[in-house]
Amino acid sequence: MSKDIIGSVLVVGGGIAGMQSALDLANSGYYVHLLEKSSSIGGVMSQLDKTFPTNDCAM
Amino acid sequence: MNINLITCAEVETVEGTEGNFNVFINKAPRYIDPSRCTSCGDCAEVCPVTLPSEFDEGFADRKAIYKKYAQAIPGAFAIQKADKAPCRLACPAGLNVQGYVQMVGQGKYEEALKIIMNDLPLPSVLGRICPHECEKACRRCEVDEPVAIRDLKRLAADQFDPRDVKIDCLPSRQEKVAIIGSGPAGLSAAYHLARKGVLSTIFESAPKAGGMLRVGIPEHRLPSKVLDQDIEVITNLGVEIRTSTPIGPGLTVDDLFSQGYKAVYIAIGAHKGLSLGIPNEDTEGVRQGVDFLREVNLSGKADVGKKVVIIGGGNVAIDVARCAVRLGAEEVSIVYRRTRAEMPAWEEEIHAAEVEGLKITYLSAPQEILVRDGNVAGIRCIRMELGEPDASGRRRPVPIPGSEYDIETDQVIPAIGQRPDLSPVENVTDLSFSRWGTTEADSLTYATGREGIFAGGDVQTGPATAIEAIAAGREAAESIVRYIDGQDMAQGREIVPKENPDYRPIPKNEPVHARAQMPELPAEQRKSNFQEVELGYDDEAGRAEAARCLNCGYCCECFQCVEACGSKEAVSMITHMQQPETLELNVGSVILTPGFEAFDPSKFDSYNYATHPNVITSMEMERFLSASGPTLGHLVRPSDHKEPKKIAWFQCVGSRDMNRCDNPYCSSVCCMYAIKEAVIAKEHAGDDLDCAIFFMDMRTHGKDFERYYENAKTQGVRFVRTRVHSIDSVQGSDDLSVRYITESGELQTEIFDQIVLSVGLQIPPEIVEMANRLGVELTEGNFCKTKTFEPVETSRKGIFIAGAFQGPKDIPQSVVDASAAASSAGEILSSARNTLTKTKAPVPETNVINERPRIGVFVCKCGINIAGVVDVPSVAEYAKTLPYVDYVMDNLYTCSQDTQETMTQIIKEKNLNRVVVAACTPKTHEPLFQETLINAGLNKYLFEMCNIRNQDSWVHKNNPDLATKKAKDLVRMAVSKVALMEPLAEAELDVNQTAMVIGGGIAGMSAAKSLALQGYETHIIEQSGQLGGQALSLFHTVEGDDIQEKLVALTDEIEKDEKIHVHLDTKLTSVDGFVGNFKSTLSSNGKDELLEYGVAVLATGASPLKPSEYSYGKDSRIITSLELDKKFIDKDASLKDLESAVFIQCVGSREPERPYCSRVCCTHSIENALELKRLNPDMNIYILYRDIRTYGEREYLYKQAREEGVIFVRYSVDHKPEVVIEDDGRLFVTVTDHILGCPLKIETGLLTLASAIVPNKVDEVSQFFKVPLNDDGFFVEKHAKLGPSDFATDGVFLCGLAHYPKPIDESVVQGKAAASRAVTLLARKNIHTSGTVAQTNPAICSSCGVCVSICPYSAPSFIDAEARFFPGKAEINPVLCKGCGLCVASCRSGAIRLKGFDNDQILAQIFATAEAV
Repeated sequence: MSKDIIGSVLVVGGGIAGMQSALDLANSGYYVHLLEKSSSIGGVMSQLDKTFPTNDCAM
Repeated sequence: MNINLITCAEVETVEGTEGNFNVFINKAPRYIDPSRCTSCGDCAEVCPVTLPSEFDEGFADRKAIYKKYAQAIPGAFAIQKADKAPCRLACPAGLNVQGYVQMVGQGKYEEALKIIMNDLPLPSVLGRICPHECEKACRRCEVDEPVAIRDLKRLAADQFDPRDVKIDCLPSRQEKVAIIGSGPAGLSAAYHLARKGVLSTIFESAPKAGGMLRVGIPEHRLPSKVLDQDIEVITNLGVEIRTSTPIGPGLTVDDLFSQGYKAVYIAIGAHKGLSLGIPNEDTEGVRQGVDFLREVNLSGKADVGKKVVIIGGGNVAIDVARCAVRLGAEEVSIVYRRTRAEMPAWEEEIHAAEVEGLKITYLSAPQEILVRDGNVAGIRCIRMELGEPDASGRRRPVPIPGSEYDIETDQVIPAIGQRPDLSPVENVTDLSFSRWGTTEADSLTYATGREGIFAGGDVQTGPATAIEAIAAGREAAESIVRYIDGQDMAQGREIVPKENPDYRPIPKNEPVHARAQMPELPAEQRKSNFQEVELGYDDEAGRAEAARCLNCGYCCECFQCVEACGSKEAVSMITHMQQPETLELNVGSVILTPGFEAFDPSKFDSYNYATHPNVITSMEMERFLSASGPTLGHLVRPSDHKEPKKIAWFQCVGSRDMNRCDNPYCSSVCCMYAIKEAVIAKEHAGDDLDCAIFFMDMRTHGKDFERYYENAKTQGVRFVRTRVHSIDSVQGSDDLSVRYITESGELQTEIFDQIVLSVGLQIPPEIVEMANRLGVELTEGNFCKTKTFEPVETSRKGIFIAGAFQGPKDIPQSVVDASAAASSAGEILSSARNTLTKTKAPVPETNVINERPRIGVFVCKCGINIAGVVDVPSVAEYAKTLPYVDYVMDNLYTCSQDTQETMTQIIKEKNLNRVVVAACTPKTHEPLFQETLINAGLNKYLFEMCNIRNQDSWVHKNNPDLATKKAKDLVRMAVSKVALMEPLAEAELDVNQTAMVIGGGIAGMSAAKSLALQGYETHIIEQSGQLGGQALSLFHTVEGDDIQEKLVALTDEIEKDEKIHVHLDTKLTSVDGFVGNFKSTLSSNGKDELLEYGVAVLATGASPLKPSEYSYGKDSRIITSLELDKKFIDKDASLKDLESAVFIQCVGSREPERPYCSRVCCTHSIENALELKRLNPDMNIYILYRDIRTYGEREYLYKQAREEGVIFVRYSVDHKPEVVIEDDGRLFVTVTDHILGCPLKIETGLLTLASAIVPNKVDEVSQFFKVPLNDDGFFVEKHAKLGPSDFATDGVFLCGLAHYPKPIDESVVQGKAAASRAVTLLARKNIHTSGTVAQTNPAICSSCGVCVSICPYSAPSFIDAEARFFPGKAEINPVLCKGCGLCVASCRSGAIRLKGFDNDQILAQIFATAEAV
């Protein structure tokens, strides 16, 4: 463990997991860099129609 | 505010250690400034490059400038670019070919010319005579033939007069430059100099300008009028051309300097024909080809013989020959010493010559001119043959001895090459010349040995092409300007060609389209005139031809988007030039959530995915089902857009498959998504749609998934247990035929309209590479390696993981992972919490109470989104007439950053106290405008938004008048409401910084440990006398680690942690309060203790079902899975002596009274079977199952078990196995084998029942916290997908078996996730309630209790019966209220109001609708 602890986190990937991690961390007092390869976040989930088992809209 | 979103970026390396990493990031350019982009889409509207949309899986199009989908975040567009297209690289002048081809494709000829003329001043000329090296480089050659690039250039110049193109020039400067020669090099230099503000004088020896273009190319290829027009483009810029002004003794180069010219550019070309070097060449009737052409081109005529022989094989020879025909020669022939294949003339020229009746003799060389009476009478030639290749790579012609022959002729025209005529410059000091007679100059700067003199074009290179000369002229212009300015001429000009350039891949099924034919003057009309032969394309043919371009570079850099974006400058010439950059970030931790890719089934030939349009992947099906998809949710098959009647899904495509792909694991999600797609497809297409799912094992192991499966069956979805080998197309239709073996062994053939391949999840190579760069270990399936008790930790400390990179998983599991990873990062960084986050300084709020409303209305144009339909100025004018409206403004983009600043100013200056924004949707933009109000010192609730875009301009596109009227109505309604708005207060409450965890099992302990490590006092309440829960009975982890050892270590840590307080043998007996401020009574052995805490985590666990079937309890040989684990833990010696063992799966699970899968039992039984095999490899082991559900990489265990001889026998729930203990005490299990179809009677020494997991009874806890339970007794989370560890009730979280059956790793993850969710509350220290909350009027409350029962958030309650005021009346806790309004609507006494949506406010709005505009 380093001596100088940095209060920020890098999240690599802006899909549902990355977004949730980033939100939790930002709301917990850490500065977050959310990195995304493509031009927008959302990942595969944004492409889905409905989600099981509730048939809620994925968007 | 505390999330910095970095798009178009990838991690290169991570240096440093846990707590302090340096991360290097490669950020690709977006080519757009996201802070300026308002997402209006005007740029995409004009972008000519159409590409398949990845978002719609290629079934819809997008532009090269694009947004992935309408709701994408960030909303800014992006541009996709690759390397410069090969055509552009092949062009000596580096012309943006793709750009102008695309413009021609759009019919935008002026724009096409602008792009061409950025590099090239002579578009009409080059559109005719350019040798088009670009076409050889065209990647369309890989499909069919190259795009007719040159002809499209000509079309642009035919359709729009280049003289009318506005050429941007820098202001004129004092300095002048002299150019010698008005050929392409000289003209190009003059043009580019003029654009840089330097005017020049061109000295031309001939009577007309144009150099070799004028004198060397005949009229039938390049009409002089066309050349004149192009030259006019240059002279229009102020360039002077002095014709018939040769440089020589009368006017020397030095004279030019004396006349004040700052520099001289020598571009005199190569006009001197090479002689043949044979006897009698000086005879009358022998004439140089270039001289002949010069005379024809300048005077329109020249003497020709009757029988003309031309010597040579280049374009000059052909030009001469074609001219001779036109001038009346009776017989024209060409003699060339090699074959047609080696001929340097262009193919189309040779072809045209042949069409025009020319004879070409190959492999023949002249030896002597035959003379009669002083005139040419003939020519003696010798036959040649091809020998070894020479320096040019062409085979050297060698004479065949004795093959001489004579040709009768009266005119011989040698056209074997040219060299420069250096006489005008040969005496200039410090100029040097090569042995080929060319002028020497620097290859980059074109500077000669004499300062201030530059040279380029044929005079420097020897005879070459016009486009090369033009390129040289442009470069010389750059050098000359730098020379005049005293700058370094070479700096930054070296072009390094990129190795392995990256281009748009050629689409797999790119259809073949023949190249457009160039219309030509019929051959019979060509004689005796010089009419242009090639007639040029028409608009239609040209646009079709341009559409053949493959857009190798994606963006064609036509910069139409720059123009469309205009003054917003989100995309500009500057953004277009953005370069990749490397960012360095200093962070404490890294979380990897790179995701997965769907398996590409193209390589499975037998499924015909690549070749048959109606075989699609499940991802493609998602898009077809989506209302925002390519067919707007209308279910049709791709080939003919017919509505399908029968659809089949094939499971395990790219999963559980070692033979055809390398993905041996189960992808975990495909069974469920296939069922979902089938159910939704039936919803879309009606019940008649036949949906069949072909599967091996149905794996519906998630929460509520089994119910969904059963419901799908009742809705008529067919489930067929078989693996289909191949898909065949049906002759004469677009249908598909599948053959398969049914469970009973019959061969069946079925025809489907469409087939969906349920493709698996895999980790793409680039993620594997990233993992390698970062030093993170992977599993054999390329997923990130983790351990059961550290499920979100990678092999590198401080780097955590979440989502499908850890293993194939569904959304809720990814979300749980994500929160857990956040917790893990928080655990190591808690000492630095809040050190880097930003907070905003509060702005004091202006008191507006009792003030007359002064309303400001801001009407948005949203670019053309609103203003294109609605008459925005008239709406604004109208708003001014409304009561209390003091100020109205319309904005191009109300949401833009500068408008926010303007609004803040205006609110302050005009002393406004209410604001209406008429724009788009409050869902996305209300918080932004409310922020602006706060910045201006207004309460944010003094605001109203109306949506004149989504609900008006977008839906009434065809009815602008009515749309404008509607906009006025909406504005009037908003104004009526906002006038009545009052400032609302948001209460601030402290959050008690203590957490309580109920349940001391794995999940509860994980949550407690994480909370404590993140700095919070945590109490664990455990009913029993021991921590550990169900894990106390478990033997080994999937990796084979001893669970008891791990458990002892974890318990030890918990007990030693000063921040964790363990309450054993303790029960919760009451809960009071709400989020941030709970109070509970803890009872332990008759003693009560009060605990105050801010958040609660419910980890109340579950227990194994005590089976009531299979003779359980009647015989010690019949035990449950956990009892078998106990035997392993106790090292029961009798186990290894067993001859056989039987496992029965789904005991109590997936039954009508317990319609859920217990998720862990298949893996557990297989692990135990393998453990028995380890103890005694000869033991006969049978696992009797319904579906094996070893999801994810657990599949490897299933495979291993089969390999080790464990026998799997499937049974159906209608024919359960039977257990018989015979009189002699022998134990038998009888099961009907699904393959053989006959009963199998197994004698066994051990029968293990994989019994269901049943949630612990927690009705009381559920009521205490007002959190719901489902029919099975598990807690109901806030959201099945997005809130799996939260409750709808704030401040209460859940994890572990109480949520749903799960293995240890998933329990640990969810424990940590619940902690993370709890920390997001605790870290805030205080919470704000919303202003928009309900409030009761106790005076008129009838205490009916409807509000109390109806509220999903438990906000209303009865005032204590003992209270002094209003006992028994309802009151609403504003902290819990979400402002949904259910209670307001339900209150029969009208005693509840919702602040911000009060009756008078709503009614004012409604009454306003009735007023006519």
